[in-house]
Amino acid sequence: MVSFVLPRLVGLRGPVRRSVSVAERNVAALRSAYWIVLVSGLFEPMLYLLSIGVGVGALVGDLSLPGGRVVSYAAFVAPAMLAASAMSGALAETTFNFFGKMKYMKLYDGILATPVQPFEIALGELGWAMLRGTLYSAVFLAVMVAMDLTSPSRALLALPAAVLVGFAFGGLGMTISTFMRSWQDFDLLGSVQFTLFLFSGTFVPAEAYPSVLRWVVEASPLYRAVDLIRGITVAGAGVSQLVDVLYLVAVLAFGLVVAGRRMGRLLCK
Amino acid sequence: MSKDGVLIRARGLVKRFGDFVAVDGIDVEVRAGEAFGFLGPNGAGKSSTMRMIGCVSPPSGGELQILGMDPRRDGPAIRARLGVCPQLDNLDPELTVRENLTTYARYFGIPRRTARERATELLEFVQLAERANSKVEPLSGGMKRRLTIARALVNEPDIVLLDEPTTGLDPQARHLVWERLFRLKQQGVTLVLTTHYMDEAEQLCDRLVVMDGGRIVAEGSPRELIERYSTREVVELRFGAEGQETFAGKLAGIGERTEVLPDRILLYVADGDAAVAEVHARALAPASVLVRRSSLEDVFLHLTGRTLVD
Ligand SMILES: Nc1ncnc2c1ncn2[C@@H]1O[C@H](COP(=O)(O)OP(=O)(O)O)[C@@H](O)[C@H]1O
Ligand SMILES: [Mg+2]
Repeated sequence: MVSFVLPRLVGLRGPVRRSVSVAERNVAALRSAYWIVLVSGLFEPMLYLLSIGVGVGALVGDLSLPGGRVVSYAAFVAPAMLAASAMSGALAETTFNFFGKMKYMKLYDGILATPVQPFEIALGELGWAMLRGTLYSAVFLAVMVAMDLTSPSRALLALPAAVLVGFAFGGLGMTISTFMRSWQDFDLLGSVQFTLFLFSGTFVPAEAYPSVLRWVVEASPLYRAVDLIRGITVAGAGVSQLVDVLYLVAVLAFGLVVAGRRMGRLLCK
Repeated sequence: MSKDGVLIRARGLVKRFGDFVAVDGIDVEVRAGEAFGFLGPNGAGKSSTMRMIGCVSPPSGGELQILGMDPRRDGPAIRARLGVCPQLDNLDPELTVRENLTTYARYFGIPRRTARERATELLEFVQLAERANSKVEPLSGGMKRRLTIARALVNEPDIVLLDEPTTGLDPQARHLVWERLFRLKQQGVTLVLTTHYMDEAEQLCDRLVVMDGGRIVAEGSPRELIERYSTREVVELRFGAEGQETFAGKLAGIGERTEVLPDRILLYVADGDAAVAEVHARALAPASVLVRRSSLEDVFLHLTGRTLVD
């Protein structure tokens, strides 16, 4: 058994090492103006939390969740903001930045002349995006704890969930990028993203929609992400959250494999 | 490497893009330590060939073996031992000159410390040491090219692939690149380069193939090719505005061959001065006369009926 598994593990070392080297490149590039983008991503979800969660929450009052729990509107909205920021952070890195590096900087053409393979670039870029996303999520969860919207132990559990959300959307974003023809296509992506942001059980429970629409909403990846994080941080987790996790893992696997293949086809003609 | 010292072996190598055949069944052998060239005009299929050798473009047909390995299966292992200078620089614009080398080294799994040492040596070698901390953007074309060459050397490759290393550079920058490449050659590095400059091919290549329309039309050392396909000397005649054709007929019989170009007539002869004397004896008065030695340009013209650089 050992002799069967060991060569495989050794065989994995190369790809992992090479993926890490792709992420490392971004650390070196960090010294350019890029860090401004990084910091702005940190504040956006908090502004939403304060303006809508606390501001609008004062008008709305408390909400009763399907499980019967009654929570403040801010506590209802906060996990959704976390999920949405994990999504938009991951998408920003894997669509806009990734596309720019691939099409305009021709960065990957240079990298592919080394032993690094397309799939390893996808993995490295995604890993990097997640490093950044994890930092955002951790800060946001700390704010939630400070505002007494969740408990420290729940927040701790929610962090890996938020990272998974980022990974899934990152994989999806990378796949989408390989289909993009020009910057114009990103306007469309922006609209889709905003629609998801508004209607994924973020501001209103999905139960509020008519049943047909509700099915659509519940199939959306952001809804699954919100449901997962809300379950962990405020509502209480159950079977639904297990479904969320499986759904997101499937999206991630699909995204990585398709993105790696398509990159290979686009760049290694 | 195989026993006979052949590092790259192609047999009937084909590259198709859809229906279009860019490389049409070429046979090539590159041996250890030699400088091997692909000479040909734009669109000849040089870059397509180089990208297949660089294992970033799968062959559409034929056989290709590099360092004894199969690019379809052993891409990463082969690329680990190649240095690639692509036709268009793709340096990392977000990194400094030095970081471009150290980061690239990391893609090969070279330890950070070694990467730093090599970066220092290589920047010295391509004379960019004082620009080490500059961004890439403000560099001149020649500097970017030298940096790309340095980057191609960061993994101490067995073979260096150079796709048009000096295209677009001014004469001074070109000579600097040539000089560095010549130094590499002396160190025993195997060079494979493409060019459409015959002087570049003559200066750098031990052996070359002439490519046109995806095929190899001739092969040999620059000297062999000139001896086989051209005469020792060439007389270039320009006959002002009337058009060259009117005079072409009157030159019949002088030399082995005549080529009529839009702006001049070329006479292929063994003895240039004797030929010029004959031209004057026929009471022809060209606006200018130039006697020179045959070059690869003449070989190409003879083989394809076209000039290399249009
Ligand atoms: N990715 C591609 N898709 C379609 N055609 C291509 C592609 N790359 C090169 N070609 C075509 O193949 C031919 C050979 O190109 P190339 O190998 O770049 O020639 P060279 O480097 O000798 O100028 C050209 O006609 C070019 O237009
Ligand atoms: Mg070319």
